[in-house]
Amino acid sequence: MAEIQPVVMPKFGLSMTEGAVLDWHKAEGETVAPGEELMDVETTKITNAYESPVGGTLRRQVAREGETLPVGALVAVLADPSVPESEIDAFITDFQANFVPPEAGGEGEEDAPRAQKAETPQGAINYLEAGGGSGPPVVLVHGFGGDLNNWMFLQPLLAENRRTIALDLPGHGASAKQTGSGDVASLAAAVAGLLDALSIESAHLVGHSLGGAVTLHLASTAPQRVETLTLIAPAGLGSEVDADYIDGFLKASRRKEMKPVLQRLFADPSLIRREMVEEVLKFKRLDGVDEALTAIAEACFPQGRQGLSYREALAGLSCPVQVIWGEADIIVPVSHAEGLPEAVTVTRLPGTGHMAQMEKASEVARLIEGLMGRA
Amino acid sequence: MSLQMSREELLHTYKTMRTIREFEERVHTEFATGEIPGFAHLYAGEEASAVGVCLHLDEKDSIASTHRGHGHCIAKGCDPKAMMAEIYGRKTGLCGGKGGSMHIADVAKGMLGANGIVGGGAPLACGAALTAKTLKTGGVAVAFGGDGASNQGTTAESMNLAKVWNLPLIFVLEDNGYAEATASAWSVSGTPVKRAAGYDMPGVQVDGHDVFAVAEAAREAVERARSGGGPSLIHVVFSRYYGHFEGDAMTYREKDEVENLRRTRDCLNLFRERVGEAKLLDAGELDAIDAEIKTLIDEAVAEAKAADMPDPLRDLETDVYVRY
Amino acid sequence: MSKKSFRQAINEAMHQEMERDPNVILMGEDVAGGMGAPGEEDAWGGVLGVTKGLVGTYGRERVLDTPITESAFVGAAAGSAITGLRPIVELMFVDFMGVCFDQIFNQAAKFRYMFGGKAKTPLVVRTMYGAGFRAASQHSQSLYPVFTHIPGLKVAIPSSPYEAKGLLISAIRDDDPVIFFENKMMYDDEGEVPDEAYTIPFGEANLTREGKDVTIVAFGRMVNLANQAADALAKEGISCTVVDPRTTSPLDLDTILECVEDTGRLVVVDEASPRCNMATDIAAQVAQDAFAHLKAPVRMVAPPHTPVPFSPSLEDAYLPTAAKIQEAVRMTMNAAQREVA
Repeated sequence: MAEIQPVVMPKFGLSMTEGAVLDWHKAEGETVAPGEELMDVETTKITNAYESPVGGTLRRQVAREGETLPVGALVAVLADPSVPESEIDAFITDFQANFVPPEAGGEGEEDAPRAQKAETPQGAINYLEAGGGSGPPVVLVHGFGGDLNNWMFLQPLLAENRRTIALDLPGHGASAKQTGSGDVASLAAAVAGLLDALSIESAHLVGHSLGGAVTLHLASTAPQRVETLTLIAPAGLGSEVDADYIDGFLKASRRKEMKPVLQRLFADPSLIRREMVEEVLKFKRLDGVDEALTAIAEACFPQGRQGLSYREALAGLSCPVQVIWGEADIIVPVSHAEGLPEAVTVTRLPGTGHMAQMEKASEVARLIEGLMGRA
Repeated sequence: MSLQMSREELLHTYKTMRTIREFEERVHTEFATGEIPGFAHLYAGEEASAVGVCLHLDEKDSIASTHRGHGHCIAKGCDPKAMMAEIYGRKTGLCGGKGGSMHIADVAKGMLGANGIVGGGAPLACGAALTAKTLKTGGVAVAFGGDGASNQGTTAESMNLAKVWNLPLIFVLEDNGYAEATASAWSVSGTPVKRAAGYDMPGVQVDGHDVFAVAEAAREAVERARSGGGPSLIHVVFSRYYGHFEGDAMTYREKDEVENLRRTRDCLNLFRERVGEAKLLDAGELDAIDAEIKTLIDEAVAEAKAADMPDPLRDLETDVYVRY
Repeated sequence: MSKKSFRQAINEAMHQEMERDPNVILMGEDVAGGMGAPGEEDAWGGVLGVTKGLVGTYGRERVLDTPITESAFVGAAAGSAITGLRPIVELMFVDFMGVCFDQIFNQAAKFRYMFGGKAKTPLVVRTMYGAGFRAASQHSQSLYPVFTHIPGLKVAIPSSPYEAKGLLISAIRDDDPVIFFENKMMYDDEGEVPDEAYTIPFGEANLTREGKDVTIVAFGRMVNLANQAADALAKEGISCTVVDPRTTSPLDLDTILECVEDTGRLVVVDEASPRCNMATDIAAQVAQDAFAHLKAPVRMVAPPHTPVPFSPSLEDAYLPTAAKIQEAVRMTMNAAQREVA
């Protein structure tokens, strides 16, 4: 393989314009397999291990550790050891000469996917569409206090092969702040409402945390709409839930209060960056959010416990179902993955917290692709 | 001049004027002992103004007062005992000892504060009148101010604004002859009534020793304000018995000026004569009120002296903000 | 969420709060567009159009033009605040505080304390500040330190359209008097602003950049210059934290100290005149509470101690710039390393 392959600064989520290479996991001369962690990339929101999209020998670390580069800038070059240094140099020179950094908020952003709103009987639902294709789309449903940005790493990976839709549940993100009863059924009705509004007959559902219970509810009440079901650290399979997280999230109005709450979500709390905390606070400051979240918390997690079990419903599902759980999850314990019906595939991810779709995006994407292949 | 007050109003008027007089005379005496901290500006001699005006007000109405504000406070219904404690700087004071003589206030009673700044109150009274107008409470506001304040830009600005916004507001210009030590005859150019006319505002001058005259003028102005007729000015002419502040030897005044006033133009004596001649109240009733008030003020002073001072550890840094 | 100008963000905040609370009123010179004038209604909406459209929605009982008598109407706003309204008063230029300051600092600021905690004064004074507009000495000052000095007042200085809307709604809902400083150079600045009402808590600094070498504290429009400086310095390998305190009273000193502890170097950028401004105040407090963490002397970037000049050549030289901030940061980086105990 004499080909020279560039690795560029990835774009995590819609708003990322630049990132810093925090540290290299591979030294020059080491072999890198596709999907192997190549480096840590720090953005203003989060720090994430970046998995190499290509394989080969790491011939050149173009980015210094700590260096901030725009999205699309050359960070590394992979090639076979047989390729002479002079060709690597020429490749870098040529790449740099032709590289035009994207302008923040400039014209280049026009084609980028934008969130939009659909009117449903449950109020306006905000959603972000990416990717295309004719098959049933993937619909991504976040958990309590989350929003469609929880899928910022996963959605672009899934969107390479098909249409994907990430939504904001009622009371969350930019969706309507009225939640009705705020229980799982009402949230599931909103997801169904969005499918109706977008004329989607059936979809591959991915639900995270409380979104897991929401998708379970939908799958058990409207099985014809569900092609496959992926549950990431879902609610609804046991009674425990981290009451400190729920309470803390409801009460925190300042950065210093919110940061430790959000840190509970990740196995490595240092991943949380300033802008992620600020974005959550921006959401929480909106009029009506406190009331909406309180209503949902009271309906779904009365007295700091999970109010509903979907274990029986799960047993009755005919579509392919899998459960993915971080072993270091302290929000919803991984023990809830035990004793599930045999047909349900369970994957436990070591060193992973409650946010597997962010902490281990590539792996989760591969698992979802695998399940969809079985449909 | 009309004496058309009910018996209750007459008794209330006399009792309130007597309370102010007794309160002020007592502050004067006690101040001399050195036990009262800071400044005190006494209202003795001017009682007919505060009482004649406030007779027509209730708790939905607001007043802004002056540094010489004890009389306005009592006339607007503030508790004399809590006022005395405030003047002594006690924790039991109307403002917890944080305001003192110059800042006694009881917002709940519509008394928006004595005011340490000459001319400071008129804009505030405009605001209170604006609240009444905007919320349609039926309330009015009164801006008490002295001859000194009448020359301040704030008064001129407020008279214009009150007229432009058609506010339910009465400017009561208490002209006691002296702004500090300077005579109003020298410092006030023209006449306040003509100044009001310049703003197209009704204005009237009254004898401030005659509570019936003040009450009559105030009745008309308050009715005008309540019925949407806009602001008025009452120029009350009288004098004060004490100095600008306690300790002022008043060497700028004629030697027997105050003595003559007390003998011939005292508002309480005039009231007694008028109601006596008209056989509306008998002297015994009024003597009983005097005794009752003397006891009240005795108690007020005794209780104030016995009360705790505010606690530096607990009270110094509180009440700056509602939330910070 | 959509792109809105600083002006629109402030206008939207007032719209939404007047809609939400009938006790909120607005007063100031020409805010209702010029009462009594024979031409079109709502012609101006304040001198820079910030209040445009409000009188049409909320009427002349709640949107009040005033004569040019700042003492009377600022005082009236204070008086209406202690009697039950929630007035927003526009003091066109903060330089005009000279003709109404008594009503702000002796009256509104002190009611609560003087009256023993038995008064609330939910007053907002919106006012323009800042140089760069060729408006010369009496229309260009940055007088927020003067108000910050007064116990009883709160002082907010928004640095972006998002901050402006959230801080103004917080100010209107606050039960204490708030002086709200709008930089006149920023009215056309655009940024993402939620369509819904939202509040930003007072006394919580925002970190607009996070770095490890130098902490830059800046206020209002200076935050944007500090961000530009930080971005340029990042390319030189100097990483800066930029702290926008949002409010100077209350001041989030804890966050400033924490950032100084992390970086060991501090630059304070202040558009106010250099004596007794926010920069000197913060430098003093950091010297008192974080001296042991400092690796270099604190540097202040502020205008010279002169009135704001008129001529463009002079005014441009007067104002802090991103280049001046970068220079100050480099000086802290190059200062001789002090032995830290």
